[in-house]
Amino acid sequence: MSAVAVAATPARSVRKRRRIRPARVALHAFLITMVVVWLFPLAWATYISLRPLSDTIQHGYVSLPSNGLSLVNYQSAWTQADLPYYYLNTLVVVIPGVALTLLLASMVAFCCTQFSWKFNLTVLMIFTAGNLLPAQVIIIPLYFIYLHTPIPNLGSIDIGNFSFALFSANNLLYDQYIGIILIHVVFQTGFATFVLSNYMKTITREITESALVDGANVLRIWWSVILPLCRPALAAMATLLFTFIYNDFFWALILISTGSKRPITSALNNLQGEFVANFNVITSAAILACLPPIIVYILLQKQFIAGLTLGSTKG
Amino acid sequence: MLTRHDKILLGLMVGIPLALDVILIWGPTVASIFFSFTNWDGIGGIEAKNIVGLKNYQFMFTGYTLFWPAFTHNVIWLLWLTFIATPLGMLFAVLLDREIRGARIYQSVFYLPVVLSLVVVGFIWELQYFPTDGFINNALGLVKSGHIIDWLGDSRINLYAILGAASWRHIGYIMILYLAGLKSVDPSLREAARVDGATEVQTFFNVVFPVMAPINVVIVVITAIESLRAFDIAFIINQGKNGLELLSILITNNSISEASLVGFGSAIAVVLLLISLVPIVTFLTRVMRTSQ
Repeated sequence: MSAVAVAATPARSVRKRRRIRPARVALHAFLITMVVVWLFPLAWATYISLRPLSDTIQHGYVSLPSNGLSLVNYQSAWTQADLPYYYLNTLVVVIPGVALTLLLASMVAFCCTQFSWKFNLTVLMIFTAGNLLPAQVIIIPLYFIYLHTPIPNLGSIDIGNFSFALFSANNLLYDQYIGIILIHVVFQTGFATFVLSNYMKTITREITESALVDGANVLRIWWSVILPLCRPALAAMATLLFTFIYNDFFWALILISTGSKRPITSALNNLQGEFVANFNVITSAAILACLPPIIVYILLQKQFIAGLTLGSTKG
Repeated sequence: MLTRHDKILLGLMVGIPLALDVILIWGPTVASIFFSFTNWDGIGGIEAKNIVGLKNYQFMFTGYTLFWPAFTHNVIWLLWLTFIATPLGMLFAVLLDREIRGARIYQSVFYLPVVLSLVVVGFIWELQYFPTDGFINNALGLVKSGHIIDWLGDSRINLYAILGAASWRHIGYIMILYLAGLKSVDPSLREAARVDGATEVQTFFNVVFPVMAPINVVIVVITAIESLRAFDIAFIINQGKNGLELLSILITNNSISEASLVGFGSAIAVVLLLISLVPIVTFLTRVMRTSQ
């Protein structure tokens, strides 16, 4: 069947090229128009970010630049709005968040796909369904759990004026990096478990079985046999989880009260109040804030898309 | 074959993540239901006198003026994404799922907004929508003629304005998911349809679309869940007021951010939970069917 299709392909494309050329032209015209529509808001934001405030005050935002463009707004965003500090806030949440999510999710997926338990499907469903709930359904009780769970304070790791508490500076989960990491890990483990178990289903159980016969324990099989086989899926998930956690607004908004502890995405909301009269700086900050996920997307596009589609098409 | 030791290890490997999931996600879900029958304000313990039965629900449905607007806005959100944004995403996927020059570039561009946070999407679109300084009103000449449209401030239209921004992101997301589905369709099916003289449009609707049924369901479920989760963009624009009320925002505003009506906010959370169960259960039954 597929041989027929392959054989038919060249003939078809020759015929097509001759007959429906106008349709092709129309298609490209449509797509190019859409590309312009898609990129315009971004291009416009970039343009605003490059215009000095004095220029836009004098001529309005929708005008040509009278004194050229400059990076002065980026400079202000970087220094006055403390962007490096907020990047660091994000970093200390995203890195442990992604790593722990992948560890936990791959353990669950391993146990539920490589062995036959009665409750495999139930466990997978608990995780998947939990991830599909809107965050707002659980936020009220979660907020009180965060306010009332005692967490030890064992000092902190300090870098300049940045302080990462071990584990909690106020003995709570609330308003702490560890609290925000925890909810990301638990929430995203649902999604990652679903995707990774779809992937691990395709790995034959004979591999695990023969490793067991050879005397390896299950922890060892998970770590040194199954995980290496899942490298493509893990890479795809890591890329996707990075973006999810990086872009989070809601958890940090509710579960962190100290403005200076907010990761960069939710900190942007405060900047809006701080620089209310200077939208040029806010726009520069927003563009700086969205650069890391864009860079990751451009560099790792394949993994990125693989992560998304692994989750949907096999489900 | 498994030793006792192995069984304990496996138990822990599933047990620890499962315990966390139950404590931090399913526990709070159940607690929300319980809170919704109380008038607890978040301070002190919950006593017998705090139990008020269905009073919160009664007030929500009959006395609280923001509930039905928020509910309606969520429904409009759902309808908009389902009947406008999602079909557009599918259209983009179908158009790009053929050997055309630059398909890769088109795909990358349409997908780009998906990697942006909704906070940034909100900011970017504010620059388009501002009354006098925004691009749209100026481009339409409305600033010069003095007929300014307040895209984000006018409660009759601001929901649609932010839906435009939300669609910018949603369309690319759906496109990628659908594209992956289209690639998995057996090419011989299309070839057979073509040999039988079907046009491309006929082939899509009569052959490809029915084969894609499982993915169509996933797409509809994802769209529904996205609509129920909507929060960030409305919050960024105006804290979800004046035309941008959503159920998700009413929950936090009533119980955490602005007031401490824990019981009442929880009742709204329960309504959101019940609605969410429809797409979630649909999705799970789908997953069950394919894995058996």
